[in-house]
Amino acid sequence: MSTKVVIKQSTYFDSVSLMSLSTKANQIEGVEQAVIAMGTEMNKEVLKNVGLLTPELEAAKSSDLMIVVKAATEELAESAYVQIEELFTKKKGGSKGASEIKYPTIDSAAASIPEANLAIISVNGAFAAREARKALENDLHVMLFSDNVSIEDEIALKQYAHEKGLLMMGPDCGTAIINGVALCFGNAVRKGSIGIVGASGTGSQEVSVRIHDFGGGITQLIGTGGRDLSEQVGGIMMIDGIKALEADAATKVIVLISKPPAASVQEKVLAQVKNCTKPVVVYFIGGDEEAVVAAGGHFAKTTKEAALKAVVLAGANEDEINKRALNWPLIEEVRAKLAPEQKYVRGLFCGGTLCDEAMYLAMETFADVYSNIQKNPDYKLKNIHESKAHTYLDMGDDDFTNGKPHPMIDPSLRIARFLQEAKDPSVGVILMDFILGFGSHEDPVGVMLPAIVEAKAQAAKAGRHLEILGYVMGTDLDTPNFDEQVKKLMDAGVTIASSSTNAGLLAREFVVKGA
Amino acid sequence: MNMSKINELFAGNIHAINVGIEFFKDDIIKQNANATHLEWKPPGGGKPELIRALDRLENAALADKIAAANKLAVERIINSQPMLVGFDQAINVVPGMTKTTILHAGPPITWDKMCGAMKGAVTGAIVFEGLAKDIEEAEQVAASGAITFSPCHEHNCVGSMAGVTSASMFMHVVKNKTYGNVAYTNMSEQMAKILRMGANDESVITRLNWMRDVLGPMLRDAMKIAGEIDLRLMLAQALHMGDECHNRNNAGTSLLIQALTPHILQTDFTTEQKREVFEFVASSDYFSGPTWMALCKCALDAAHGIENSTIVTTMARNGVEFGIRVSGMAGNTWFTGPAQKVIGPMFAGYKPEDSGLDIGDSAITETYGIGGFAMAAAPAIVALVGGTVEEAIGFSTTMKEITTAENPNVTIPLLDFQGVATGIDIRQVIQTGILPVINTAIAHKDAGIGMIGAGITYPPMEAFEKALLALTESIS
Repeated sequence: MSTKVVIKQSTYFDSVSLMSLSTKANQIEGVEQAVIAMGTEMNKEVLKNVGLLTPELEAAKSSDLMIVVKAATEELAESAYVQIEELFTKKKGGSKGASEIKYPTIDSAAASIPEANLAIISVNGAFAAREARKALENDLHVMLFSDNVSIEDEIALKQYAHEKGLLMMGPDCGTAIINGVALCFGNAVRKGSIGIVGASGTGSQEVSVRIHDFGGGITQLIGTGGRDLSEQVGGIMMIDGIKALEADAATKVIVLISKPPAASVQEKVLAQVKNCTKPVVVYFIGGDEEAVVAAGGHFAKTTKEAALKAVVLAGANEDEINKRALNWPLIEEVRAKLAPEQKYVRGLFCGGTLCDEAMYLAMETFADVYSNIQKNPDYKLKNIHESKAHTYLDMGDDDFTNGKPHPMIDPSLRIARFLQEAKDPSVGVILMDFILGFGSHEDPVGVMLPAIVEAKAQAAKAGRHLEILGYVMGTDLDTPNFDEQVKKLMDAGVTIASSSTNAGLLAREFVVKGA
Repeated sequence: MNMSKINELFAGNIHAINVGIEFFKDDIIKQNANATHLEWKPPGGGKPELIRALDRLENAALADKIAAANKLAVERIINSQPMLVGFDQAINVVPGMTKTTILHAGPPITWDKMCGAMKGAVTGAIVFEGLAKDIEEAEQVAASGAITFSPCHEHNCVGSMAGVTSASMFMHVVKNKTYGNVAYTNMSEQMAKILRMGANDESVITRLNWMRDVLGPMLRDAMKIAGEIDLRLMLAQALHMGDECHNRNNAGTSLLIQALTPHILQTDFTTEQKREVFEFVASSDYFSGPTWMALCKCALDAAHGIENSTIVTTMARNGVEFGIRVSGMAGNTWFTGPAQKVIGPMFAGYKPEDSGLDIGDSAITETYGIGGFAMAAAPAIVALVGGTVEEAIGFSTTMKEITTAENPNVTIPLLDFQGVATGIDIRQVIQTGILPVINTAIAHKDAGIGMIGAGITYPPMEAFEKALLALTESIS
């Protein structure tokens, strides 16, 4: 056992720093015991208690620094002492600079950031309504991404927001663009003169992307959440959204997007359309053309038509727009490649509205169209894990996610289902969407490619042509790069649709037999 | 409907507050707009009954009542002007004190449940009071039922560490000039091997005897000459001189002895005795530590018992349990949870497993807004909280998230002279999941040893949860 004692005269350190250094010194390898302390009576008493007090230390003054290291060998004590010296010279690594201030609550953030004007809330549904209420109380507009919020809470929040003149987008609102800033899931689109109020997220995204493609631009995209047009909620946010866009000088044309609303709500919304001084394009999937026209609205049967009508109403010359007409020679070519028993379409979607749109287009031609989101119970899949005839799956629906990440973020579930469908000899076409933009996967095509290559090879081995139809939803401004994503698919032998509408039409036409 | 707010949003720049998925903030910043991501936790740890309680208390009518009550409570804390007016023996001044009463720190506890340090202090005090001839006999006396044990806090007192206070000990007498109430605490024993840390050998008893026979009477006589000393003013100065007045008392001790010295000199004691007293004071910076505790107790007692108030008026630990009292529950309603470990640097020769759990009434300083809450005032001791000044500032600013006001009388230079965070609101503790931070000493877990380190600790959330649920029942 060896003890090294060093006394540094007139060297002051405060006791807490020294205790901290002592603690670190005792962690040095080989140290039996280390004491770093000022030579006060109290500290000498401590040394005495642990049997380390020597006459030399006893003589130390309270202004002297005492360093005592006890180790198994003299060598170890010496090397430990060198490391202790380093502890004194080492500067703290805390040079983080002005770190970001952290706020724990909406109340405190709103109080400290007077320019804050919007809250985006994506916490667990059990806590979401409370946070949304706090935001509204602080005069913040709200985008409530969370789902699993009760309808009672939704109504209360929307009524409160309505009284305060605030936006209450959601619950379950995934898409909005406010002042050119995409919130949560959204695409990079040009600024322009078209305002959108959408109750369906990917439907709104698709219309905004198509408007951009047709040369138009967006003022605002207001999301309402999927239940806004239900009987209970009564379209509070959509009606306030229409009014806000009407009052917005930059907005020349308004587009409304929703799944079919409850009848009474459709009536209310269309009454608002009728009063609106600006042209309103209405795309209610599978909607009622007559009622829309009677209200003075512009009816659109598809997302593409909604976008086209909007840009024309906003002043574009229709003749100069590339409308991306269906490629009929391609359709003939694919029909010829498919065997007679390859009768069915299987659609595997990340985007709920994209699924809905393609499914409605299929239902115009075929009776046996099944889905997990079919309204008609006869055609709603009993077992979602097994496809039947034409099957269109919204894989972002709760049936599939059930607590797991959305397929836009985690593609594993869709990859497995794709491989399963690819083996089915009755399948002619598999249709998939790839969603680009803010909030989405960084390379949605890339993660699917190995499965596509594998499926193609297996079908070829079985002597079948498997038609894979892809739709990449995004603009030339989006990340990841649109052209690169499309090229990867084409290189793997995937046929590319230019829009959600065309994707639905192509899929259905590919499997029409004997035309 | 007033459309202008939505159209204002359309016309202005986006500044979003993001709660939940963090990359939504990153995407907004990529688009050259502003976003602030919250460090959010589910309120009440996600417990439904606590969220319901918060929701209930946020009902507009109740919230207004609570806000008014809390405003009053915090005003009383801030406006209190505690003055040191004397020193005297506990038996002469402390309400309810008897020759066989022993006061202790924290919420109520019986002898059999006390931790090692408190048992050590109790038996030492029994010997000191002449109720037993030695420690062994003192243990029998303590267990016999002959001693009345009671929390300091229930007698207008506070006691540091074990807080053991007996009849003949000299007490600070601190009077609230604004509201008239009086608070008491005994005197620092300096050093490490002392009664309050659980030590009880002959050196400890000898020192206590000297404090009773020389130090106490001398300070009593000095204060008779001095009249009164404004402690709040002195506290404010000490913070400006680098103390946080719980674990660092260098400046405060200098100020206090400087104020006492002319009066000490005028007392009838011998020069030798006066020299002993000055040497004793100089032997440890902690001399004024109890003084600030009495100041805090005096101010917080003035804010206790205000109907519908959710402000914490007491945080105290007995080494086994941590207890809080809330203004809106008048009297001695304690809400408790297990005392926690104290994490921090230790004296040479001791390891974390030697530590006793959090103990003492000294968390009254944090309840008032100093100590851990004022770490930014004391850069010299940032080693306690991780080692950087930035971290120390972080502690002081974070505490503003759970308090309702800043005390303009007690300010922190490094924070541009902002007042210390004052008035802990149990609703905000439950809402944010942020617990009050406490700077404190570490006593050895066994009786008879003493102080072995210092560090930081937190109360158990459980105490605040119980308080919130009880208040939700009582507020209407």
